[in-house]
Amino acid sequence: MNQDAFVAKRQADWVLLDSWLGDDRPMDGHDIPRRYRQLCQDLALAQSRRYSPALIQQLENRVLGVHRRFYRRPSRLLQRIGQYLVWEFPRNVRREWRLLSIASGLFYLPLIALLIAVQWSPELVYSVLPVDQVGKMEEMYDPASSVLGRERSSDSDFQMFGFYIFNNTGIGFRTFAAGLLFGLGSAFFLVYNGVVLGAVAGYLTDLGHIDTFWGFVVGHSAFELTAVVLSGTAGLRLGFALLAPGRRSRRLALIEAGRQGMGLVYGAAGLFILAAFVEAFWSSTTWPPVAVKYAVGAVLWTLVLAYFLLLGRPRGA
Amino acid sequence: MPAASPSIAHDPALDSVRLVETPEGVSLRLAPAGPLPRALAWLLDALLRTVVYVIAALVLAFLGDFGGGLMLIVFFLMEWFYPVVFEVLRDGATPGKRTLGLRVVSEEGVPVSWSQSLVRNLLRVVDFLPLLYGFGLISMLLNGNFQRLGDLVAHTMVVYESDTAEAGKLPEGEVIAPALAFSPDEAQALMAYAERRDTLSDARASELADLLRPLLPTTAPDPSQAVMGVARWLAGGR
Repeated sequence: MNQDAFVAKRQADWVLLDSWLGDDRPMDGHDIPRRYRQLCQDLALAQSRRYSPALIQQLENRVLGVHRRFYRRPSRLLQRIGQYLVWEFPRNVRREWRLLSIASGLFYLPLIALLIAVQWSPELVYSVLPVDQVGKMEEMYDPASSVLGRERSSDSDFQMFGFYIFNNTGIGFRTFAAGLLFGLGSAFFLVYNGVVLGAVAGYLTDLGHIDTFWGFVVGHSAFELTAVVLSGTAGLRLGFALLAPGRRSRRLALIEAGRQGMGLVYGAAGLFILAAFVEAFWSSTTWPPVAVKYAVGAVLWTLVLAYFLLLGRPRGA
Repeated sequence: MPAASPSIAHDPALDSVRLVETPEGVSLRLAPAGPLPRALAWLLDALLRTVVYVIAALVLAFLGDFGGGLMLIVFFLMEWFYPVVFEVLRDGATPGKRTLGLRVVSEEGVPVSWSQSLVRNLLRVVDFLPLLYGFGLISMLLNGNFQRLGDLVAHTMVVYESDTAEAGKLPEGEVIAPALAFSPDEAQALMAYAERRDTLSDARASELADLLRPLLPTTAPDPSQAVMGVARWLAGGR
């Protein structure tokens, strides 16, 4: 059969498939699967008979169009989110307990070390932060001032909420992505953030701004510090896929690690946003007694730990 | 010549076209897009985002500190999720990519999932290093599919969206029977010439057709017209 006769014979089916592709109707009514298989055969025939390139291209595009429509992934987003929160996220975190320990070490050890070291020699803080920033911190948490930082209306609470989301979640995403540099990027962000936090906390403690500083940070710390460590864990997962791919190619190991890493990053992003909310609307308040703030902090830490330890276990286990 | 080979002979060493086999057993060609069109698409998207920022800033300025907070959230969402939303919900193409005729697909040729799109766009940070997509460019040049690092991890690639032109119709005209039998590949090459005739200048078209003069009927006045006539005959106008 020559090309023109072939086109004339098959054209009607193709037009029908095109019109089906054009709008978003469901698949029934036009026997689409059969027509699609026929189209695939048309393409194979056109290829083997060496019909003209433009015709083959046109058939290929049509196959590709239907192929994409057939094999697009269903997205039941809300259901997926629910399943992720109560089941997958805590499981993913527990599965990564080794990398989680490493990431926690990289973050908390420098934090604690600096916290203690600054008690002995407070001037250490100046090797971590510039003088004017230390001064600002000092002022912000000065117990002599009646508000934390500055007088804030609810409007500026919201402004800070936006800032924390933009800044902190961005840091989390970068900590994850930087893991692609053989894990070094994530390790750097973890250690760096640990050092800065430890130095500041140690310095303000040494100054005696204890209730103002610790009362401020304790509320959102459970969410924020956990999110930082989880972002780092996800980044280390990428790095280890490159360093120790196991019995797969580095390529395949990376694809798998990307999938696993994202399983942590979604949750970390959620925690960052929770932390931003608490930090902007609760931590900054000055009316609750400081004991209440510590209590709330303790409750939130307990909740976070319980969430990761208890949820997503198979029933009866 | 193996019978099952795809019709248009692509030497992998010469062409970046990648063959993808569908579950139905036919192979499709995907043409990965190189750094330049992708950089242009990125630039267009960056411009578009800037316009959105300016408009958002003008509107939110009326809301004081509350507007400032919203602005930062807009920044956050646009910087990280602008490509993701378009890639998943708008057929794999941000407005910039659409303008350049590009789209993001999974390596199997199917649309990208949320996870894939998020991975490739979060890892943009690393591709951007040390400056202006340095690592991304190196990765693209070392890789047969022009994949940047984010694409490698997400198992995706950026391909050209070819337009479905009206095919199989050569311009009407004289039908000329060839003087000798052509092999299928040769016949296909002649038809490819006829279909692309409009995109060539007259001089170039004649120059190419002139190479075939010994094979064409001697009565033909203009070699280009003769090749067109033979192509019509091959396509079925005999």
